[in-house]
Amino acid sequence: MYDIRPPSVDWSMVTPVVLVFLTGLAGLLIEMFRPKQNNNSIVLTSLGGLAASFFVLYGQLSAEAGETLAGMVLRDRFGILLQMALVGVCFISILFSEGYLREKRIPFGEFYPLAIWSTMGGMLMVASNSLLMIFIGLEVLSISLYVLAGLSRAEQKSEESALKYLLLGSFASAFLLYGIAFVYGASGSVHLSGVVKAWATNHANTQHMLLFGMGMMLVGFGFKSALAPFHQWTPDVYQGAPTNVTGFMAAGSKIAAIGALFRVLSESVELSQAWLPALFWVAILTMVVGNFAALVQKDVKRILGYSSISNAGYILAAILAHVKAPDKIGANTIVFYLFSYAVMTLGVFAVISMNAKDGREGTRLSDLNGLWKRSPLAGGVLIVCLASLIGIPLTGGFFGKFMIFQDLLTADMTPLAIVLAVTSVVSVYYYLGIAHAAWVAEEGATPAESAPMNAGLQVACVTCLVGVFVMGIFGQPVLNMIGGIVR
Amino acid sequence: MQEWLEGLHPAILALIKVLLFVVPLLMLVPGLIWWERRLLSWMQDRIGPNRTGTITLKSGKKIKLFGLLQPIADGIKLFFKEDVTPNSIDRLIYFLAPAIALFPAFALGGTVPLGPSYGIYGLLTPIANVDIGVLYFLAISSLGVYGVVLGGYASNNKYSLMGGLRGSAQLISYELAMGVSLACIVMASGSLRLTDILKTQEQALWGAVPWLQNWFIFTPFGLLSAVIFGICMVAETNRVPFDLPEAENEIIAGYHTEYSSMKFAVYFMGEYAAMFVFSGIFATVFVGGYNLLPINWEYLMDSQWVGQFATLMHNLQYWLAPLVFLFKCAVGITFYIWFRATLPRLRYDQLMSLGWKNLLPTAVLNFIVVAIWILVTKIHSTLMGIVAGALAYVLLYFLFKSFLGATRDKPILQKRTLDYMPEPPKPQSNPVTGA
Amino acid sequence: MNLPVTGEQLTFMALAGIAALMAVGVVVLNNPVRSAMCLVVNFFFLAFIYFTLNAQLLGISQILVYTGAIMVLFLFVVMLLNLGGKQIFKERRDFKPILGMVVGVSLFGMISSQLILPMLKVDQIRADNAYGAPQSIGKTLFTNYVWPFEIASVLLLVGIVGSILLAKRRV
Repeated sequence: MYDIRPPSVDWSMVTPVVLVFLTGLAGLLIEMFRPKQNNNSIVLTSLGGLAASFFVLYGQLSAEAGETLAGMVLRDRFGILLQMALVGVCFISILFSEGYLREKRIPFGEFYPLAIWSTMGGMLMVASNSLLMIFIGLEVLSISLYVLAGLSRAEQKSEESALKYLLLGSFASAFLLYGIAFVYGASGSVHLSGVVKAWATNHANTQHMLLFGMGMMLVGFGFKSALAPFHQWTPDVYQGAPTNVTGFMAAGSKIAAIGALFRVLSESVELSQAWLPALFWVAILTMVVGNFAALVQKDVKRILGYSSISNAGYILAAILAHVKAPDKIGANTIVFYLFSYAVMTLGVFAVISMNAKDGREGTRLSDLNGLWKRSPLAGGVLIVCLASLIGIPLTGGFFGKFMIFQDLLTADMTPLAIVLAVTSVVSVYYYLGIAHAAWVAEEGATPAESAPMNAGLQVACVTCLVGVFVMGIFGQPVLNMIGGIVR
Repeated sequence: MQEWLEGLHPAILALIKVLLFVVPLLMLVPGLIWWERRLLSWMQDRIGPNRTGTITLKSGKKIKLFGLLQPIADGIKLFFKEDVTPNSIDRLIYFLAPAIALFPAFALGGTVPLGPSYGIYGLLTPIANVDIGVLYFLAISSLGVYGVVLGGYASNNKYSLMGGLRGSAQLISYELAMGVSLACIVMASGSLRLTDILKTQEQALWGAVPWLQNWFIFTPFGLLSAVIFGICMVAETNRVPFDLPEAENEIIAGYHTEYSSMKFAVYFMGEYAAMFVFSGIFATVFVGGYNLLPINWEYLMDSQWVGQFATLMHNLQYWLAPLVFLFKCAVGITFYIWFRATLPRLRYDQLMSLGWKNLLPTAVLNFIVVAIWILVTKIHSTLMGIVAGALAYVLLYFLFKSFLGATRDKPILQKRTLDYMPEPPKPQSNPVTGA
Repeated sequence: MNLPVTGEQLTFMALAGIAALMAVGVVVLNNPVRSAMCLVVNFFFLAFIYFTLNAQLLGISQILVYTGAIMVLFLFVVMLLNLGGKQIFKERRDFKPILGMVVGVSLFGMISSQLILPMLKVDQIRADNAYGAPQSIGKTLFTNYVWPFEIASVLLLVGIVGSILLAKRRV
């Protein structure tokens, strides 16, 4: 009766995830027993655990690919790279969080465990070919983010943001789950390999159900990665959530959702090619809506929300190029762009987070006035990251966009390439608007003020700065590290 | 008899099974009410209803039936009372609610065996010997909320609504601890089937004394589970000291304030039937079900000294099994009444803290210990299993205590005042509503 | 007796008919409490259908989880909001119901067209006795699905920490 034999486990494959989970648990326990003064011990523990997990991942970079735990955990280069990116994003967010939370008077030590577990959810999502794991990972990721978005409980807009995110996010999860249920019903498997097999061998028996399920799943992923018809939550949530959470959300959640989306599309490429025309229009719509709606915004975080939408559009275009021509185009463009996007958007959010002081925070454009006088480093990082978001040469953003452009032309998707180019030009306007506010505009009668930079923020800013330049100037070595993940 | 039963159509057999369970239950409810009133009055130094049913013979001699006919008189009264139906109610749900309250009480016992699983009883009880017995019980008992909540809602009366809300919060809270405490027993017996749980209890006591039965209440984890289950069982049936949904000095009569006459009687009947069946479950899971004494007569039958006697007792026990079961249920009900006579009602916060902060952690602790005990027994030896279990109890107890100490001693506010928190910030205006 | 339908079919028709009727009731009724009650009954009859298919654990989980826990909370919330009757649920007449109907009918057509053909080949009405037994489900859960199972516990932990963080009155 008790002869249960667990499946054979390759522990090295789950070590990074388990490490991250234990770090969060340690943080929670320290929060319970901590000295009353500050959160430093939690921060240090979290950073240590994340760094350890990062190095374990780095060590496995060239390990051979494989699956363990009955196909629930997958290790390949793509997954490891995105996991590293997620851990790195969490690391940088935590670096600049402590100072921000202090200034914002948010005394929750639980921020760190939740952020770390959220990272863990993302790590599970990008490193599995099982739809079940993708769904559970997504839930861990999003439920933590719902809470984190409402962390600033004294502010109504934070609560509004959390509620909106919760309602729309659970709606999206329901779509995803509905789709998974259909795919499972039609193929008898939650593993993508089984789905592909069912699609290939099962002649018209349940293919419509598979297609429908796939469509529902795409809707769910579209919500999570803020693609155009499903993007409405993004600006509101980005604006209301605490800035460090927004930064984490923009970079981490995007990496995880796009990573899972890519996996689903790329593993079942024959199936997803049926959805290509629809996704084509989604990509165009996303780029157009994201960039044009950002033009009229006055709030930095809202602008960045729309910027995140348009960047999702760019990455979707890259994914579509891969889906169209899976033999010619690999995933390295996507990985590279996600890396550079994470670095540059985190840099901007780190700088914006300086604006919190004594429990108040101004995020309008005018609140940035005179930033370069107050802190030249912050001003410099801001302008470099914005340049990268625009796509000016020598920055990572330029290289990434260039690669997407190239891929689109290779895959014979010229319309997407044209839209990409045009909307990128449009985006110059609002990105320069932020730069203008920080560097050129005169300060008003009551000068905007910001907290002094602390060490964590400085390190985070410099990391992002270096990251943007390394990706821009030494793009080729980075690509070599990413390796040829052509399927 | 047995052949005849075996030859019956399964549907007819099922009908017989159901009738054999439900009819006694229905007939016993008036008796329970009489027993409650008599016992309560005895405990409170009163006389109670002792007149109804006194038969005066022509010779002038009186035969007293101890008021046994009182429930019948009560029933007649309830039938002929004016049935007041308030005006602004949700009519459909108002009429349905008592029936919904009655349903789980009667459906609960579907998997309880009234007798041994062989011979004629094997054919007649339990109604459904499914391999999800305990889960079935938990699922159906969780439906008990609906009668309370819907009655409270449909009456369109704020006291009723409050009663309904209290009821649902209470029932949901105590279901958890009840489920976990039952899970320990399920784990120890390795089956969800109630007949299997009974079979486990008929094995040798502690695996060492073959002529005694291993009723779960005699084992440490079983005793703990039994205490938790007992408390939860009282809470689930809304009885004193957990009768907050109908606390008469606070909310009139709670969810059945607006119910009169027969509809009230249906609620009443549901409560008593539920008490009865819960007692039956307790008897089955913890105290050996239909076995009168925790003695393995079958083992003793081979003995030289008491062999004859044991054979007699074994046969007697076989034929009296349902009666023994009913007797155990009656003892359970007596405990219910005893609680009512003894304990004052809990305050709402006491109720919640008892359920969530005491019963649930204790049940989970028990659960972990049982798991450790089983694991160590399987991979090592029985002795080491017992040692590991005892150690786990001690360790977990101190762990829980230290956790509770870490949070309980310091007020939360003080813990949260960080050095960088001079005053709470003012709420900012909402950009959407402008409020 | 030579009925045109077997007893099993009759049972199924009765159960499925009531379940479908209740599902319609959920959408059609205006009173939220009645809608919720219809959903409860619907879940209940779905569970009965599972029972007739010999999937007892599935059926009882349906009752335990949906009827016993989720719908109670649902009802609790509806009662706390105390929505009064028809006024609130009166919707504007626009394209939405028609659109919903079209989507629903096409979904129904798609599923039925895909499912009926394979279903016709099935000759075993119900699952084997051991198929849905708690033992076999437990075994599966702790072997092939142990990793998602463990991660689900992390999900619950996140939920607990998060809800306490957001709901606690005093910081």
